[in-house]
Amino acid sequence: MAKELLKGNYAVVKGAILAGCRLYFGYPITPASEIAEAASFYFPPIGGTFIQAESEVAAINMLYGAVSGGIRSMTASSSPGISLKMEGVSYAAGAELPIVVVDVVRGGPGLGNIAPEQSDYNQVVKGGGHGNYKNIVLAPNSAQEMCDLTMDAFDLAFKYRNPTFILTDGFIGQMMEPVTYKEPRVRFPREDWAVYGDKESKRNLISSIFLDPDELEDHNQKLQKKYEIIQETEVRYEDYYLDDAKFVIIAYGIVSRMVRSAVDQLRQKGLKVGMLRPITLFPFPRKEIKEMADHGTALMVTEMSNGQLLEDVKLAAEFKVPVHFYNRMGGNVPSTEELYEQIKIQYQKS
Amino acid sequence: MNQKIVENHLTIIQPEICKGCGLCISACPQNVLKFHDKFNSKGYHYAYYVGEGCTGCNVCFYACPEPEAVIVYKKGHVLQENEEVTI
Amino acid sequence: MAKTAWTKSDAFYNEYFRNPNPDKKSTHYCPGCGHGHVHKFLAEAFEDFGVVDQTIMISPVGCSVFAYYYFDTGNIQAAHGRAAAVATGIKRAHPHSIVVSYQGDGDLAAIGTAELIHSANRGENITVIFVNNAIYGMTGGQMAPTTLKGQKTTTSPRGRDPKNEGNPVKVCEMVNSLDAPVYLERVSLHDVKHRAKARMAIRKAIKNQVDGIGYSLVEVLSPCPSGWKMDPVDSMKWIEEEMTKVFPLEVFRDRSKEIEPSQEKKHIPTKDEIITNLGLKELHDEAFQKTQMASHYKNPAIKAAGFGGQGILLLGVGLAQAGMLEGYNVSWIPSYGPEMRGGTANCHVHISEKVVGSPIVSKPSVLLAMNRPSLEKFQKDVVKEGLIIYDSSLIDIKPDRDDVEILDIPATKIADELGNTRIANMVILGALVGYTNILNLKSLVATLPYIITRKRLIDVNKKAIEKGFEFGKNFQKKDLQN
Repeated sequence: MAKELLKGNYAVVKGAILAGCRLYFGYPITPASEIAEAASFYFPPIGGTFIQAESEVAAINMLYGAVSGGIRSMTASSSPGISLKMEGVSYAAGAELPIVVVDVVRGGPGLGNIAPEQSDYNQVVKGGGHGNYKNIVLAPNSAQEMCDLTMDAFDLAFKYRNPTFILTDGFIGQMMEPVTYKEPRVRFPREDWAVYGDKESKRNLISSIFLDPDELEDHNQKLQKKYEIIQETEVRYEDYYLDDAKFVIIAYGIVSRMVRSAVDQLRQKGLKVGMLRPITLFPFPRKEIKEMADHGTALMVTEMSNGQLLEDVKLAAEFKVPVHFYNRMGGNVPSTEELYEQIKIQYQKS
Repeated sequence: MNQKIVENHLTIIQPEICKGCGLCISACPQNVLKFHDKFNSKGYHYAYYVGEGCTGCNVCFYACPEPEAVIVYKKGHVLQENEEVTI
Repeated sequence: MAKTAWTKSDAFYNEYFRNPNPDKKSTHYCPGCGHGHVHKFLAEAFEDFGVVDQTIMISPVGCSVFAYYYFDTGNIQAAHGRAAAVATGIKRAHPHSIVVSYQGDGDLAAIGTAELIHSANRGENITVIFVNNAIYGMTGGQMAPTTLKGQKTTTSPRGRDPKNEGNPVKVCEMVNSLDAPVYLERVSLHDVKHRAKARMAIRKAIKNQVDGIGYSLVEVLSPCPSGWKMDPVDSMKWIEEEMTKVFPLEVFRDRSKEIEPSQEKKHIPTKDEIITNLGLKELHDEAFQKTQMASHYKNPAIKAAGFGGQGILLLGVGLAQAGMLEGYNVSWIPSYGPEMRGGTANCHVHISEKVVGSPIVSKPSVLLAMNRPSLEKFQKDVVKEGLIIYDSSLIDIKPDRDDVEILDIPATKIADELGNTRIANMVILGALVGYTNILNLKSLVATLPYIITRKRLIDVNKKAIEKGFEFGKNFQKKDLQN
């Protein structure tokens, strides 16, 4: 199998092409520009399209147009750009379009800075735009997963006709790790909802308008039903020493890498700690967290944001156990040593 | 074969589709379209062809915004089977 | 055969089944609304050019939001102002399709100005139909970007005042300043002659796309009797008397005859093409054997630091690459956060038998320091019994640690002797491996084609690695006694 040492941002682009993505629409923004640069390099020679759009808004709407045609397509940006794209994401959710969006999160609010944060959790996991909708959200923590989860994102998006996000950050984007590649996919079935510009598909309509309140309510109910099915079938998480853990840290993305190292060190000291790493943020592993809470397992959340993940963990735990918390913001990445200390303190308290 | 042929140039206005905007009437070079005294189910005084004088110029067809309200047939036009034309 | 009948175009649905109104034969437009004319001209053109099935209409937001009720074509409904971007996306996805971005004045000339200008500037092979009625019709008659000076609307109740609201936006003139568009014309619906011209303009704009020759935009001055609070016939007079004064009717550009018709074919790549283009290569891990090394060198956490331009990052990539070739778990990250300040470039590398947790190296077991600030800054972080390697040709101090191994090497001097001071990084890399035996010299050399883009430089880099390796290997012998 082909393998290479590769930056996370490049792994996204190569994964996308392997998954059959053929159109890329983007706007430069640090720290996501590298994805656009790689896309501009790799898409055109294979008959793909790369357009540097005039704005984030234009890019997401180009994506809306291309995906209306049933063709795997994507965009990528970073937090302020994602805020701008949210109009289009809402329309895609309403029209049930399988758009794939990569968010390389940076520090906010406002212009913030270009260092890694996880502060787009709410805007991406909770929908972000107007209306009752959810995005499928995948959170890679390695270059390998940047590639693999991007591939999965297209499959999930098309399986459910739902906007799907890769939620990552500049740290993972810049990190080089070995990436083992899967087979490229080149053949795809026709989508029975898409508009291909031919007789068979011309009765299809891509739209999010439902003027009649009852119709719009039905449409919303249908969406909620879909989200329930996604919640039931697509939860993914990494289990690290959960078997016998008395104290479980919940963390995703880059933070989970530091937590893993801290857990290793704490285990060496005989502390029964473990980690649950959500790989899907929606659907969220709430059943698994509830079960731990039911068993009285102490929980702790670490994140690079202001308690956005914490809220979901508390809801999942139904307030049955206290949920300890340690976070960093502003682009500071918690170190293994820092987490080791924090976990040890909370462990001894619980 | 029993072909039905339009004998004279003819404008047909569908009373129920007409919205009574009057653009066909003001455009007709022969002045052979008029508002009807009656109004249709939507309350519009619809336009109608007075029955003679149409030259088949099709100006009214393009003056009318409604895709289906106005039909113009040239003299000699072969009608489809089952197609009935009345003014 | 000459045409003998003018009836509803087959490009319209026989019955408007999507319209919730029980009357499936009438449009939702108000009496005398110009959208109907434009719809008819478009439908006729689709039918006459035989492209009904391949046409995709983009419905905007505005009164024509429901254009998809009528056209028996593919239909996509777009967000307000975004029709031209959506049109760009679908046209690029399906170049054979005929894509019409159908937009009103608010949609196209206010909220969608950027999408208008840039789709035109890219010369997208689409047809833009701009229905200009100088008002926001659907939302109840507010001021549009094209509302005339002094015109009263619900948001300019005293008449549009250029001092407050600016002057009407002239779309054709604006788009005409760009190089790419092929055909730009402003037409009007106000009388028989001008409707005929409008019909021909729309036909041409569709034909241009059928021929694949580029971007066409037709601006249609169109009545909104409801919004203007006028009867339909008077509305047409108002267009003639008022609107055409501000928006002159003319062909602003027509380069359609200068361009050869062409059809863009979509290329479907094969698996092999993708593999080749992405540069995916098989790696044979077993070909690069792991070395035997002293146990305290195992799973090194390496920090390399120096000036920007010394090739620090590349040094790190080389280490990670060689580690990967030998089948280790590896990670590499460049300096991040606060470390980026203070004039040092640095990177963190893990080469591990286990899965790499944190890719950050905050307590290095190996520090490679290539300038004095790096040594001063990071030497305190090195773990006990760790290793510091530093370039003694550039660093005029000695590390003040006595609990670590120290290897000083005149790396820049050695590199200079090889003819290029820029390869001191490779000398350091070689020295590390020669001294510790954490990797094979062979796999280190094998990484060079991956990390050195200019092929002619590979040989000298290889020499640098070898020089460093020899130095490290010999250094090891005399120094480990301490």
